[in-house]
Amino acid sequence: MNTEQKPFEFFTVAHLTRIGNESAGTLTELRSGMRHCSDASIFHHTFQTLGSHHFLTEGFSNDFAQWAHADANREDLAEQLAAMDVRDYVSIAALREDLCRVVGDYCDSHKAFASQEALERFYFCESVEVRLPFGLPAATLDEFREGISHLSHASFYFHFISSRMRLQLQTNDFSHWLADGLGLETLADEVNHIDIYTNTLDSARDEMLRLIDRERRKA
Amino acid sequence: MSEVAIATRIPLHDYAALLGEEEIDELRVLAKPLRGRSIEMINSTAVGGGVAEILNRLLPLAEELELDMRWDVMTGGDDFYNVTKSFHNALHGAPYHPDPKDFEIFLACNERNRARLPLDAEFMIIHDPQPAALIDGRPNGGNHWAWRCHIDLSHPNGVVWNFLDKFVARYEAAMFSSPEFSRNLPIPQYLFYPAIDPLSEKNRDLDANFIAQTLAHYRIDPHRPILTQISRFDRLKDPVGVIRAYRIVKRYFDCQVVLAGGSASDDPEGAVVLQEVLREADGDPDIHVIELPAWAPLEVNALQRASTIVIQKSLREGFGLTVSEALWKKKPVVASAVGGIPVQVIHKHTGLLAHSVEGTAYQIRFLLSHPEIAAKLGEHGHKHVKENFLITQKLKRYMTLFLAMSRGS
Repeated sequence: MNTEQKPFEFFTVAHLTRIGNESAGTLTELRSGMRHCSDASIFHHTFQTLGSHHFLTEGFSNDFAQWAHADANREDLAEQLAAMDVRDYVSIAALREDLCRVVGDYCDSHKAFASQEALERFYFCESVEVRLPFGLPAATLDEFREGISHLSHASFYFHFISSRMRLQLQTNDFSHWLADGLGLETLADEVNHIDIYTNTLDSARDEMLRLIDRERRKA
Repeated sequence: MSEVAIATRIPLHDYAALLGEEEIDELRVLAKPLRGRSIEMINSTAVGGGVAEILNRLLPLAEELELDMRWDVMTGGDDFYNVTKSFHNALHGAPYHPDPKDFEIFLACNERNRARLPLDAEFMIIHDPQPAALIDGRPNGGNHWAWRCHIDLSHPNGVVWNFLDKFVARYEAAMFSSPEFSRNLPIPQYLFYPAIDPLSEKNRDLDANFIAQTLAHYRIDPHRPILTQISRFDRLKDPVGVIRAYRIVKRYFDCQVVLAGGSASDDPEGAVVLQEVLREADGDPDIHVIELPAWAPLEVNALQRASTIVIQKSLREGFGLTVSEALWKKKPVVASAVGGIPVQVIHKHTGLLAHSVEGTAYQIRFLLSHPEIAAKLGEHGHKHVKENFLITQKLKRYMTLFLAMSRGS
């Protein structure tokens, strides 16, 4: 089994939801809010809520899409917003730009709907993160497997999905370490291709453990 | 002011069996840097009401994690509680014509309580408006103070809110149950959800025989669909609207409706509403209006578990924790999109939202016609509660707040 000089550090992560000052009652206001809210707010309503609703594997993608669907009653817009995959983004600026473009284009081509009052307002919030070392660094694939199997949902999500924003790469903490640390590039790539939109965090973790076990058998 | 003694200990291991050992490990990691640091919760009542119910379950859990958390209850006379009851209603938007003496009574009581308490815990959590002015006793250079507001402040009476605002703005943070309840404040405002305890009598698994006995006791037919709303007899819970929705559903489905709530005997307004409900029921044997004793958690649990669909057709709502109780039991829920309900019922994912009597009836009919969809909503609802609205998550949120305040977030 390979031994990595810099062990993988597992973190325990917890979030508070901070309520922002902006809200939107129409699509036009949503577009404006998206443009002016903080980066932490864009992160919260996309990355963070995908994690906290991971058990919904059919149709829940982000808060903006859910609001367009349930409150603004604009199914076509909701579909476009839901189709945005956070894994395609390594910066909040790029994600914000695309969100604003999708809502903006819709408002421009559906002027009557743009100013229509939604059933409920959308409140812009943001995530405040607290991160602590879990205390069980992994230096080998066996230790890494053990660590993965003991991670909470929030920690697993932190390393697997929201790490993209930190790494500014289209990968995740786990794949990054597997490739750069242990030289297991194929395994890293397979882990990176586990679909978080059609898996729950539990089933994504199970799939990751299955892939790791297969690698261990090879060794 | 007196410290509340908590009798019940709940081993963490019992929660691990329900939630997974890794979720409990996470609590332990978060608790570690907080050990040996004092935390104080202050509210205005030790019994009755949602806050006391939650603190009763939160403290033993904190103790299991070796946190130094205590709970004090402020004391006051009838005059103080009459004033704060008026404040409470006014903050909910009811008309209020203040007497200057009201504010003097409020301040004098807070001052008396301030003199009795050191208020020197590192983390002070003050619940609701009654003890809000205790912030005047914050030691210089001192500790961390946060205000937890459990009530709906979306349409507050301006006079009362302007009075309270002066105190609230001096806290380090404020916490609300819904973004809609937040105010324009110069301090960070956080979303904090109320929580249910999966191991409490109201939510733990029940023996099927007990559920059957409960139905038999109230003469509810277990073989036909049961629509249930659990809430006190209060116009804001719209029990009459529930009966009207049931009547529409009844044209298509041979169902029953259960309206169960705490006894109205000591609540003059509740007694009036109960009469209105009975009048609307008009002797229909399939409308079961049940006055439960003040403390009947097992009966509530049994009625929820026996239900085909749980309804919460409130016109206004603080959070509506009965929704989480039903979702935890994997029940499909049809509820109004008010207050904290949409946080719990994600439309078409963890339940169905409605905005009218007719809408409520339509959603019920849809679920009765599609039991497989109803079952899926219930399953998802259970997972949503597990992730967000359990007492373990609540403690995690508090610990996160303490750690965030320590680092100056």
